[in-house]
Amino acid sequence: MSDISNRKPETGAFFARDRAWHPPAYAPGYKTSVLRSPQRALLSLDGTISEITGPVFGHSIIGELDNDLIHNFARPGESAIGERIIVHGRVLDERGRPVSGALVEFWQANAGGRYRHKKETYLAAIDPNFGGCGRCITDEYGQYSFRTIRPGAYPWPNGVNDWRPAHIHFSIFGHGFAQRLITQMYFEGDPMIWKCPIVGTIPDKAAIEQLIAALDWGNTIPMDARAYKFDIVLRGRRSTLFENRLEGN
Amino acid sequence: MQELGYLKETPSQTAGPYVHIGLTPNFCDIGGIYAQDLGSAMVNEKTLGERITVTGHIYDGTGAPVRDAVVEIWQADSAGLYNSPSEMRGAADQNFAGWGRCPTCAEDGVYKFETVKPGCVPFKDGRTMAPHISFWIVARGINIGLHTRMYFPEEADANKADPLLARVEHGERIATMIASREDATYTFDIRLQGEKETVFLDI
Repeated sequence: MSDISNRKPETGAFFARDRAWHPPAYAPGYKTSVLRSPQRALLSLDGTISEITGPVFGHSIIGELDNDLIHNFARPGESAIGERIIVHGRVLDERGRPVSGALVEFWQANAGGRYRHKKETYLAAIDPNFGGCGRCITDEYGQYSFRTIRPGAYPWPNGVNDWRPAHIHFSIFGHGFAQRLITQMYFEGDPMIWKCPIVGTIPDKAAIEQLIAALDWGNTIPMDARAYKFDIVLRGRRSTLFENRLEGN
Repeated sequence: MQELGYLKETPSQTAGPYVHIGLTPNFCDIGGIYAQDLGSAMVNEKTLGERITVTGHIYDGTGAPVRDAVVEIWQADSAGLYNSPSEMRGAADQNFAGWGRCPTCAEDGVYKFETVKPGCVPFKDGRTMAPHISFWIVARGINIGLHTRMYFPEEADANKADPLLARVEHGERIATMIASREDATYTFDIRLQGEKETVFLDI
C-alpha cells in the first residue's frame, strides 16, 4: 500500500454498472452460458463498504520477468517463438482518472493458438519456452506494459467450426472489489473478431470496439517488437462530497 | 449542451476454461514464473480471530459441479476492518490479507479457504451488517463475474437485521446466502441456475 501515491483514498460508491453494455449472462450463441447463467434477477444495491474497499497489491509481488512472457518461462538464453509484441495502455476509471496501483494479470495461448493447460487438446504444438501468463501493477499515471508473443487463433468445441480470434485474457483489480473485471483483448484488423460467439455475447458493436487494441506504430521498437495499445476502463466512483455520513462507528 | 465526458466501462468477457494459466499458474502446473499463486494464503500464525474453513461447490443448471471456476473472496478482519486504502475507520490486521483466490478442483469441483470469521461492518446509514464474506465467481460460460455474499448460520439475529438480506424479496431465497456449519467448517454451495438458485448481486 505504501506504493500508492499520497492522494487521499477515495471512498465513494461506484457508478452503477451498465449491464446493457456488458454481455448478458444468458447468451445461447455461446453454449456454455446456457447452464451457467442465473435465471433470477440480480439483487441491486448501492455499494456498501464491502464493495467500495478492495485488496491492493504492492509492487513487491512483481518479479523481474513477470511482464515479459517472451522470457519468463524460457530456458536460459532462449525465448518464445512468434511475433514479438508489446502491449501497453492505461487503466482509467469512468471519470477518466488514472487507476494507479492496479494489478493487471494476463494469460494467452502461444503463437500457434495452443494453451499450456492439461485440459487443452488442440493438436498445435506447445512451445517449450512459452508459459503464457504475466502480470504488472499500474504506475501513478495508470500505465502498464508487457512484452509477449502475439497469440494464434484457436478452434473450440462450440459450433462445428468455431475459432477464437487472437486474444489475450485480462484480469484487473481496481481499488474496490466492485471494480473486479475480467475481459479479453483483441487485435486491430482481425476478421475473426466478427465471427466469434464469445465476442458476440456483447450486444453493442461500440462495446466490442472497446476491446480491440490498436496497432501503435509510434511505440513500435524498430528491429524488435511491434506495439499494441489497450486502455482499460473500470467503474468510476461518485464524488464523496455528498455521500451519506457513516454513523455509529 | 456539454458532454458529460464519462468513459464507458470496459465490457466483461468470460474468463474461459484456461483461467488458471493467468490467475493460478502453479495450480495448473506452470511452475517457475510466480513463487506461489496469489491469494492462496489468507492467514498466517499471527492472524487475529477465530480460524474457520470455508468450502463448497459451484453447481450449474443441471446440478453438476463446475470444475473450472475460480472463486475470489473479500472480507473484513475479525475486528470488522478491511485491509484496503479505502478503509477510513482504522488499520486492519496486517497479518490478514482479507482477500483470497481458489480454483475449484478439476476432479470434484470443491473450493476451500482457510480464513478467520469476519467482524461486523456498518451499512451506509449506520446500521450494522451481519458478518459476511463477499464472493466473486468467474468461469467458462460466465460472461460477467458473479457477486454474492456468504452469511453465517449462527448469526440468526444479525442476519434478520441485515440491510442487504432484508432486500431479498422472496424470503425463502435468503437461505441460499447462508452457509451450513460443522465445527469450524462452513459449507457454502453456490447454485448458478434453477432450483435454489443463489442470490447474485448487482452492487
